[in-house]
Amino acid sequence: MRIGLFVPCYVDAFEPEVGIATLELLERFGLDVEYPFDQTCCGQPMTNTGCHAEAAATEALFVKNFSGFDYVVAPSGSCVHQVREHLTAIPQTDEVKAVRAKTFELVEFLHDVLKIEELPWAAFPHRVAYHSNCNALRGIGHARPSELNRPYFSKPLNLLKKVKGIEIVDLARPDECCGFGGTFSVFEPAVSAKMGYDKVTDQARAGADYVVSADSSCLMHQKGCAERLGVPLKYIHIAQVLNGAAA
Amino acid sequence: MSEELNPREREGVIHPEVRARSDESERGPNGQRLQHAEAASKPIRADAPREPQPRGARIKGNRPIDQGEAAERFLAAPLHQKAHDERLWDVRKKRDTAAHGIPEWEELREIASQIKAHTLTHLDQYLAQFEAAAKANGVHVHWAEDGAAHNRIVLDILQKHGAKSLVKSKSMLTEECGFRHFMAAHDIDIIETDLGERIQQLDEEEPSHVVMPAVHKTRLDVADVFARTLGTDPDNDDAHYLAESQRETTRPLILKADAGLTGCNFAIAETGTVVTCTNEGNADLSGNVPPLQIHSIGIEKIIPKVEHLGVFIRLLSRSALGSPITQYTSHFRAPRAGTEMHMVLVDNGRSERLGMEEFWTSLKCIRCGACMNTCPVYRRSGGLSYGATYSGPIGLIIDPTFNKRKYSTLPFSSTMNGSCTNVCPVKINIHEQIFAWRKVLAEEHQIPLLKQGMMKAAGAVLSRPAAYRAAIGAADSALRALPRFAVYNPANTWGKKREMPHAPRQSFHAWYRQNRMNKDGQS
Repeated sequence: MRIGLFVPCYVDAFEPEVGIATLELLERFGLDVEYPFDQTCCGQPMTNTGCHAEAAATEALFVKNFSGFDYVVAPSGSCVHQVREHLTAIPQTDEVKAVRAKTFELVEFLHDVLKIEELPWAAFPHRVAYHSNCNALRGIGHARPSELNRPYFSKPLNLLKKVKGIEIVDLARPDECCGFGGTFSVFEPAVSAKMGYDKVTDQARAGADYVVSADSSCLMHQKGCAERLGVPLKYIHIAQVLNGAAA
Repeated sequence: MSEELNPREREGVIHPEVRARSDESERGPNGQRLQHAEAASKPIRADAPREPQPRGARIKGNRPIDQGEAAERFLAAPLHQKAHDERLWDVRKKRDTAAHGIPEWEELREIASQIKAHTLTHLDQYLAQFEAAAKANGVHVHWAEDGAAHNRIVLDILQKHGAKSLVKSKSMLTEECGFRHFMAAHDIDIIETDLGERIQQLDEEEPSHVVMPAVHKTRLDVADVFARTLGTDPDNDDAHYLAESQRETTRPLILKADAGLTGCNFAIAETGTVVTCTNEGNADLSGNVPPLQIHSIGIEKIIPKVEHLGVFIRLLSRSALGSPITQYTSHFRAPRAGTEMHMVLVDNGRSERLGMEEFWTSLKCIRCGACMNTCPVYRRSGGLSYGATYSGPIGLIIDPTFNKRKYSTLPFSSTMNGSCTNVCPVKINIHEQIFAWRKVLAEEHQIPLLKQGMMKAAGAVLSRPAAYRAAIGAADSALRALPRFAVYNPANTWGKKREMPHAPRQSFHAWYRQNRMNKDGQS
């Protein structure tokens, strides 16, 4: 199985450990993982701002980089949502459609495609608050959102339960957006930061030591808020925890 | 509450905001949780300083609303912001409890959505059926193309009867039409009868929420308004005292009013009936007490048959407030003996919206306000920050249909988290329509040139690997490149309230080259 690894721009620039953990984790399952060297971005910053024409060339580059793989895997629910639902600024050829359909977020890839049973190398003896990125939760279906009257499930928590020693704590507002929202975070900074402060406060009240998420963008925002508030929470990507990061 | 924060609090490193007491439910003097029909309101602690109520968006003619600026002023009033957020979150939680208590909830939403889709796609037929049925009931039926026509029609009815005063129960449609302002200019005395709407009228402010018009105000704010306009005690913010004061001053006005007007929750085509769903019963007073009765109806309020009403009644109040049903579900069908009954069917942009492929389903809206209650941006901004009749998520997708330039900024006041779509009882894909509006507005150059310019620059960099690598460069320069590359903003609005990300030693790209590639550049 040939896997194309997509390392989103935030991860590449600010959280390289997340990209490394994703690569190593996939390799632990014996997969043939390639990192197309000319990759940049999924186009989300432009499309989320309404600027689809401005996203077209970036989308075309994405398809060029990731065409021909059995699966494309990325450690970001947000970017995968963009590719799957919104990569529409370029003509929808068979090639484009194939790349979009084969692009998976790491958690769902492990949970739904590989259907992994165990993670014998992973131990994380800490109290963890899980943060659901909104696109991962409501866009690509990581879990049952609290609004819906449907049977409960959570793919990320199913995976985290396989990690030795981990203790999941409950948030008062588990599905509340943290306020990152892509370019929202810079175009509406006051509301964005207040949402981040409230999220961080909820996590601290729940007694968490660590916050784990499948999206580095939310984590980057929350970490910046926590540091500004003086809250000693630590933020780590789920790829790192599943790959056996000690702390 | 504070002991629940242990053990971290002992370490003395937690920010005061985290240590602050938090109790998101209201408890009475005996410690029991209080349940209100329209959410919990909490007395602000006596030792709290009096905080002026933040006002809404600054309206400058046709210029785009600066929602963010108004939201920032709302956030600068922490007592108001906290009370607003917690009160609406309480309603959202009650909504969840109510929705999760009905096994067929999701099926009900789907049925409601389909009934609305069917009706809207056969609207001409059902409107004709409604008109015929209403006329057969002895009702005078009028058609208004827009808000101005609505106001003229109602004024004409009033003048023919020599009516000088009109009591009304809350109607978002009349807000849309600027009804009160128009009537004031024609010397007609309009009296709002619902508590929240009356508070807003007396304070000369628009409603901030479709169901709870004064939800952005604290009890002290209301005490101020009533002290100024009704002569009550400015220091008494007891909810019972304030509500009773409003009731006692409004009842005499209802009894002697020349005319009464209500809005409409559902208009039933087969019977010509207007149905209103209220908790205070003022629609009944407005409709049944004065000798002249008028109902203003948005044309999208039509449902085909009485049997469909049950579906919506089960959804409406549960979605709005988490209560099984409103206190009153009133059916108005025919005039009382010796009086006249008028129904005004108002288009005001609805036909045009019906023709918009990506946005027509917004007409399914039953005005429950669930999307506002769940919206994390709305709860932290206040409804008045949107500077429009409709605020919150549903406002973001409806308002631009009224004025594309003035409301061009509103679809950007969202994180597109999608919670609004999930709570919507008629399954409007609200967050997807917000996304679609952004595209329309960008294509029609209704977004700031600066923003579009930044996106053009970002697109140019992100579509060329060499340029992108140059922007990222070594890890150190990634931070210097942040405003251009990741933040797209020369003003560094990120760093004002958040710490900047720490620069890693090297990018993933550089790590990969160093650790996973040989000298030939092969993996």
